[in-house]
Amino acid sequence: MIAEFKEGDELIPDAGPHPKSPRPTGSADISTGVDSVAARQALAEVPWEPGAPKPDPILVADHVVRRFGGLTAVDVDHVEIQRGVITALIGPNGAGKTTFFNLLTNFDTPDEGTRTFEGEVIDKVAAHEIANHGMVRTFQLTKALSKMTVIENMKLGATGQKGESLFKSLLPFLWKGQEAEIEQRADDLLVHFKMDHMRDEFAGTLSGGQRKLLEMARALMVEPKMVMLDEPMAGVNPALTQSLLGHITGLRDEGMTVLFVEHDMDMVQEISDWVIVMAEGKIIAEGPPASIGQNQAVVDAYLGSSHDSALDLDRDL
Amino acid sequence: MWLVLLIGVLASVLGLGASSPVAAQDDGDDGDDTAEAAESIGGQLRTRTAEGEDVFAEGVTMIVFDADGNEVGSAVSDAEGRWRVALPGPGVYDVQLDVATLPEEVPLRDEGRDRLEGIDVRAGAAQNTLFPLGEAIESSDNTIRFLQLTVDGIKLGLIIAMCSIGLSLIYGTTGLTNFAHGEMVTFGAITAFIVHVVYPGRIFGIPGTNSLVFAALVTIVLAGALGWALNEFVWKRLRNRGASLIAALVVSIGMAIFIRYIYLFQFEGRARFYRDYQIQEQWDLGIIRLAPKDLFIIAFSTTVLIGVGLALQKTRAGKAMRAVADNRDLAESSGIDVESVIKWVWIAGSALAATGGVLFGLTENINWEMGFRLLLLMFAGVTLGGLGTAYGALFGSLIVGIFIQLIAYPSWFPSDMKNVGALGMLVIILLVRPQGLLGRKERIG
Amino acid sequence: MDWGAILETIFRGLIGEQFVYFGLAAIGLNLHFGFTGLLNFGQAAFMAAGAYGLAIIVTTLAPRINDDEGMFQLNIGEGWMFVIGVFFGVIVFPIVLALLMGIPTLRLRADYLAIVTIAVAEIIRITMRSPRWDWFTGASDGLSGFSRTFYDLSPFDPGGRYFFNLFIGNQFFLVLVGWAVLAVSALICWLIIRSPWGRVLKAIREDEDAARALGKNAYSYKMQALILGGIFGAIGGMLRAIGFSLAQPDNFITDVTFFVWVALILGGAGKVLAPLVGAGILYAVLNGTDAFLREAVANDVISDELLSGTQVGQVRFMLMGLLLALLAAFRPQGIFGNKEEMALDDR
Repeated sequence: MIAEFKEGDELIPDAGPHPKSPRPTGSADISTGVDSVAARQALAEVPWEPGAPKPDPILVADHVVRRFGGLTAVDVDHVEIQRGVITALIGPNGAGKTTFFNLLTNFDTPDEGTRTFEGEVIDKVAAHEIANHGMVRTFQLTKALSKMTVIENMKLGATGQKGESLFKSLLPFLWKGQEAEIEQRADDLLVHFKMDHMRDEFAGTLSGGQRKLLEMARALMVEPKMVMLDEPMAGVNPALTQSLLGHITGLRDEGMTVLFVEHDMDMVQEISDWVIVMAEGKIIAEGPPASIGQNQAVVDAYLGSSHDSALDLDRDL
Repeated sequence: MWLVLLIGVLASVLGLGASSPVAAQDDGDDGDDTAEAAESIGGQLRTRTAEGEDVFAEGVTMIVFDADGNEVGSAVSDAEGRWRVALPGPGVYDVQLDVATLPEEVPLRDEGRDRLEGIDVRAGAAQNTLFPLGEAIESSDNTIRFLQLTVDGIKLGLIIAMCSIGLSLIYGTTGLTNFAHGEMVTFGAITAFIVHVVYPGRIFGIPGTNSLVFAALVTIVLAGALGWALNEFVWKRLRNRGASLIAALVVSIGMAIFIRYIYLFQFEGRARFYRDYQIQEQWDLGIIRLAPKDLFIIAFSTTVLIGVGLALQKTRAGKAMRAVADNRDLAESSGIDVESVIKWVWIAGSALAATGGVLFGLTENINWEMGFRLLLLMFAGVTLGGLGTAYGALFGSLIVGIFIQLIAYPSWFPSDMKNVGALGMLVIILLVRPQGLLGRKERIG
Repeated sequence: MDWGAILETIFRGLIGEQFVYFGLAAIGLNLHFGFTGLLNFGQAAFMAAGAYGLAIIVTTLAPRINDDEGMFQLNIGEGWMFVIGVFFGVIVFPIVLALLMGIPTLRLRADYLAIVTIAVAEIIRITMRSPRWDWFTGASDGLSGFSRTFYDLSPFDPGGRYFFNLFIGNQFFLVLVGWAVLAVSALICWLIIRSPWGRVLKAIREDEDAARALGKNAYSYKMQALILGGIFGAIGGMLRAIGFSLAQPDNFITDVTFFVWVALILGGAGKVLAPLVGAGILYAVLNGTDAFLREAVANDVISDELLSGTQVGQVRFMLMGLLLALLAAFRPQGIFGNKEEMALDDR
């Protein structure tokens, strides 16, 4: 009944079985083998226009439309996300960012359109299967599982666990070995994110920023190729912001593809390699962060929207 | 379509009005019995076969008790099913039919309805009683049967609708799935019974205060007050303490059981009936047959529901209720006093549920678990229409009511399974259209 | 007043038959609600599935399929029919029921499951009551005559009294078997909750979307939990029917479900031993109150006018309702639990 996911499945060629050897502290291996520097350089050739083709797209959306009643929340003609870089998805309130994000991660089904991940059409893939394809998302309102400890949260993230089958769960000797590996990997990641001191605390006792970190670390347990972050900075204590930003760029430097929804322009300017701007459900501009401020369509969209401040806490549509 | 039908029915009532008085059901009972004593209770035990032949129940023992439960006298029905017991004077009496003496071919139509209570006998009156016997006569004409069932269904649907508007609005405004709402329905029926039957008589000598209408008015006021109190002292406090919706749901279940068994404790398991309107011959309206009280129920609840609909549509309070049910945060930020709206939802919803309870008690009977039975049908109606929407509740309930009656249209369908049909429909609706017929899909995230 | 008899009743409530039946049903409900967050208000239906699974196979079907002159002359022995009955009651019926309840609702918000489970429980009870299928279900009188095979296994003297004179032979056998089943069930529960499978359940309870984002098929896990918990409920219901030697629709009214709920919340949902603690305490309290009131009425400590014999039976329901409401409002984590771990109040 449960989708079995075998280690080394061809869907995730880079995320093979994890080395069992103990690693030096703080050096969790999250590398995907993608050269992020080259990927960023390749972006320089891309024209600054909506729907611009990328040299090495990991995720492509074609003619994606989502309506609620009579209202068209999302109507995206074409968009490509470059592999190995950080892409920001921004836009004023009600632009349809979160809806589009849900559509990309299959947490919502579009009325029309096609999405392709790693060259494979994922329209019919169930939301929970997406993680096994190598794409993992986080949520705007953090979903740290508060009545579980930090380490339990982490271990949950691992895919292909034998003990997650009802019948095997009754026979611990079948899954104890794998469980130990998973726990080792989780501990390494916690060290990497400097959270190892709270390993056995209930997640509910963590601060907002720590929860965001935990959610990100837990997502990495899936061994994804692409991480989708929904407002990673929302509700985070400013003191933690820098470290969180560092972790996100760190992911990219290990070759991970990052797509995040954000409304804080400072953060977008600081860490993103490419920016996609949405307004009224459509993509109105694309380009490197520096180009966005001068784009007339973007300025109009922000000024034209009723809640124009980019610092508004954006609850979206 | 049914509105047209209703108008037709009303017209025929007006036409027939003079010739068919709200009948004492007994015919051929003119005077010679009443001459023997000033006051008496009597009646004729009979039923009619499907072919229209009269069948009389002979040799049935009828026992009359006074208000204190002392036996006043008894009688045995004659070959034409007639019986009469002389009374010591005017007052309130109960009549018990000894089921053991009933001939097998004429059983009671409603099992358990072997006792009529609180029969008000005025000075010099030869009071008549009616014990419905035998199977309800079913017409052989399928079209007529279909119409009859549809009208019955509309009546039931209107009652469910009246009860479930509160359920739906409370859910819409507070998120609470209130399992104790059924108990408000029972509260209505029982309170009216207490005012009307247990403590009858004119209050302050004002005429009309011993009628069911007066009792219903008292009930509505009390239910509104109870709704207010429940919100103020239970639900508001739970909300303020930040109790989760699941915890609140469980609280409502606990409360429902507690209250229901208090009803049983105080009211006992028997089915009771109101004194007024219980003995009514059905009017033959040409196509279908209806008791005047049924017609009244349909007309009255239609009026009330149209009133509720208009109030929700036109008045400030009604608009506020819909706004809060639609999107609480948005309503709050646009200056609506959400707590006040919730208070009025509780008051109005409870009053409506209690009114529905009185009507339900009038059509069927009054018992301690009537509300719980109705609650599941309300859920079916509300889910069908779309949880949290007022019009959805109305619309869904009507469909459920009609469905329950019409599912018994094929004669092979066991009538004790009618509610199963409605609950089964609930399951199927959730399978194919979980947001209900009028609901909208919710957005994730 | 016979205080000894009252104490005996309390003790029997704590460890006796009802502790067994409702403890098992509550273990199931704990899997549903305590670990997965499923609002199952139809546990009585699962209990009925266990009772009727056995009763229908042994009482209704066995004579028909073993009929020498009938269509099927299978001549399966009584013992085997009992085993088949247990299989149907414990495995087949609960799975069918869980699918029936789960397929329409497990993708929807939690309260839809609550409504549908109550509705399905009523559907089943009313259907079992219907005279139309009297030959199959025994209608409102129910089915009997299926428990002999079970009691034939009893090594105890049916007339003797055992365990501090609390139980007669057959009862004691039933209770002993019940304790064993309870122990095994609690062990199974403990094992799977500590496994990765249990971890996924807890994650779903906390936040279904988070679990899905991490690649867990929430729908499938919820269905598995519904089935497994239903199976425990069915075992409880089957033992209850064997205890009464009767499977009757009105033994599975919706209020039965609520007793299971009180037992679970009393013990603290989400803890492996909660169902046992809760069921024991609940029945000690209920039966104790019951015995006390009956004694008091019998000895005229409480006057007949205030409380009649039949009304004593209703007090337990009022008490149960009140307990449920008060616990949910004031101690959602149960009487012994702490709020950090798991509380009813989570969502």
